[in-house]
Amino acid sequence: MTDPRPVPVALPVGPPVTRPRRDALLPALHEAHDAAGWLAPEALDAIADRLRLGRAEVFGVASSYASFAFTPRPRRLRRVCTGVMCVVAGAEAPGADAPGVVASPCLGRCEQAPAVLDTDGGRAVAPVAPAPVPQPPTERSLLRRVGVVDPSSLDDYRAHGGTAALGHARTLGPAAVRAAVTASGLTGRGGAAFPAGRKWEAVAAAAGGPKYVVANADESEPGTFKDRVVLEHDPFAVVEAMVIAGFAVGATTGYVYVRDEYPEAIARLEHAIDAAGAAGLLGDDAGGLGVPFRIEVRRGAGAYVCGEETALFASIEGYRGEPRTKPPFPVDAGLFGRPTLVHNVETLANVLTILDPSGPRPETKLFSVSGAVTRPGLYEVPMGTTLAEVLDLAGGVPAGRTLQAVLLGGAAGTFLHPEEIGVPLTVEATRAIGATVGSGAVFVIDDTTDLATVVLGIATFFREESCGQCVPCRVGTVRQEEVLHRLVHGRPLGSVAEEVQRLRDVGAAMRDASICGLGQFAWNAIEGAVDRFGVFGAST
Amino acid sequence: MTVDGRPVVVPEGATVLDACTAAGIDTPTLCFGDTVAARNVCRICVVDVAGSRALVPSCSRPAEPGMEIATDTPRVRHARRMVLELLGSSVDLSLTDHVEEWNARYGADPDRFGPDAATVAQPVKVDNDCFVRDYSRCILCYQCTDACGEQWQHTFAIAIAGRGFDATVSTEHGVGLPDSACVYCGNCIEVCPTDALMFRTEFDLRTMGTWASERQTRTDTICAFCGVGCTLTLHVQHGVGDDDGDRIVKVTSPHSSSVTAGNLCIKGRFGAGHVHP
Repeated sequence: MTDPRPVPVALPVGPPVTRPRRDALLPALHEAHDAAGWLAPEALDAIADRLRLGRAEVFGVASSYASFAFTPRPRRLRRVCTGVMCVVAGAEAPGADAPGVVASPCLGRCEQAPAVLDTDGGRAVAPVAPAPVPQPPTERSLLRRVGVVDPSSLDDYRAHGGTAALGHARTLGPAAVRAAVTASGLTGRGGAAFPAGRKWEAVAAAAGGPKYVVANADESEPGTFKDRVVLEHDPFAVVEAMVIAGFAVGATTGYVYVRDEYPEAIARLEHAIDAAGAAGLLGDDAGGLGVPFRIEVRRGAGAYVCGEETALFASIEGYRGEPRTKPPFPVDAGLFGRPTLVHNVETLANVLTILDPSGPRPETKLFSVSGAVTRPGLYEVPMGTTLAEVLDLAGGVPAGRTLQAVLLGGAAGTFLHPEEIGVPLTVEATRAIGATVGSGAVFVIDDTTDLATVVLGIATFFREESCGQCVPCRVGTVRQEEVLHRLVHGRPLGSVAEEVQRLRDVGAAMRDASICGLGQFAWNAIEGAVDRFGVFGAST
Repeated sequence: MTVDGRPVVVPEGATVLDACTAAGIDTPTLCFGDTVAARNVCRICVVDVAGSRALVPSCSRPAEPGMEIATDTPRVRHARRMVLELLGSSVDLSLTDHVEEWNARYGADPDRFGPDAATVAQPVKVDNDCFVRDYSRCILCYQCTDACGEQWQHTFAIAIAGRGFDATVSTEHGVGLPDSACVYCGNCIEVCPTDALMFRTEFDLRTMGTWASERQTRTDTICAFCGVGCTLTLHVQHGVGDDDGDRIVKVTSPHSSSVTAGNLCIKGRFGAGHVHP
């Protein structure tokens, strides 16, 4: 390495640590990358030496994230969304000759499709977009403050019902709070729909500590942007819910893991944490609950797999974002191997409605609606609302076009036929028709879109986002994309039927034998497109 | 617990793989090694556990009382066949033990993805006198990085870098081993299941076409370099090319050795050269 480098190289400052600080690795990588726009070998080695980590390990961790560049790149960056929602809306991947313009998987701004994100040193350049919530506030519960309050003002938050749930929790005590969550029947809103109350009780009962509360804001499922909207426009709600959760399960530290593509959400959340700390909502006597609670924000670095809870833990801990085998489950051995309560942002937001001092509010669900509708945006509807009703709220398919399909649940979801949109959007009802609510992504596809290209886009996404740890997913997502690429371009290897059989064989192995949900669901939507829509003429 | 309907008793702490072995069932494994913790990443050892939605890696799942294991269901056979096809179509498994036998057993046809299927092929890394790294043969079992790292050597010269299909074992920035933290203990070679890591002597003999495993014998001895007393297994080839003399072609150590558990240092592993002036 003797070549002179005319570009600025950011080196971390400060004395070496006395013991290895792997948990400081991801923030250190961001710091260096933000300062220089890329990670030079010298910067990576300096980080490794300062944190007392192996240089190869630091390189291995850094190179597992798509956000980091290892060749000179401008600090100022334009990310062009190449998620399927934006490609259908006309987005094109930037050419290699455009410095500072990079392709990005779904940016979580599907209501703005085709979306772009301008950043400088990791911070957003453009002002935050207004809340994409067309419904009037009177019809909302989880979103009642979104677009209504000043997200930087704790006073405004309080004036609109904020911290009331915290006061109620103080009256109830930890056991009654847990009982209330269990009694509510709340299930996880990240996609798996696991009963929240069971997690709360398990973490509270788990031996050993310290315990952690982790908010999963690595919202990366294509077509999903609900958590971004909540974090950007009601950040104090997430802070309050985490304080209550920590109180209820006996945790003293919380982490919010926010994806790198949400810089405004990170900025507003960090401000909210500072303001909450200054007001005593966080600290040694958090919210007057008599127990300490503090929150740290961790910024992701461009990895869909880190939305998987164990990969998220690994990322916070400074390892590569690779899922871990369960069991053990996070409630027993989660972050840093300790009992951990991990919830999606929307799930946490529900805690405040459950603990409303005037009684639990009726359960609602958030849906990120994008694609071929008149009013794309975030919709909050009572549990049990049908997909057709959600589409009506969003203004339906624009005049002159016809509904072809709805992709429900994102890239890991299912394509639904127009005649299936009467399905109530509940876990049970969608399961009955072979679909899933998932993360609440509703991507509407009209007759002007070629479904095969959507399918290929999904396959490309999974190929690029596989962490590479297990064989079925690492190689399977590649073989799947290769077959679909040939089919879409009319160059099948042998007959179309043989190609479809290859897809089925690879898909079944990914579903049965992958370590985590990424691989297990990488064939889900594609299988439906093949079997239910006959995209390649192979409908059964 | 039961395995394929047969009752099996295993000690506490045993894995499902141990239970299968106890039941007399031959379970294929690739990434599983006997000296490092199971990573369960290759997924060829998966079995069906009653009550579990996905298949379960037998190498790492602890056996539990009452478990019902099935090792030969269509789902298990299919997953194993596909692991063989996916690896076989992307990685050079020609030096990996048992692969042909397993391909036959599970009906795997790695060629079915066509000649244009992406592979991990790349040039062999020959950058030092001790060993070569041929990552075209690498199945990413994580054993070498674990042996180099916190499970044995604590050198951390190599790690998994990159992501997805592009993930590979690498030094920092891909520098050559002489510029890395490598101490040439060769403990990575000891655990490599696919011969992606190979003694330079073996690599050179194979390149010249004079590697002849049928003319090799193994002799155990004690390393004379220091007082630790590591057991060395000398692999001696009788006759190399025109030379009909004996030659030490590589050095290993028994994994069962209480002194080494298969590990050596540079002197024991690569110091046999002085025998051949």
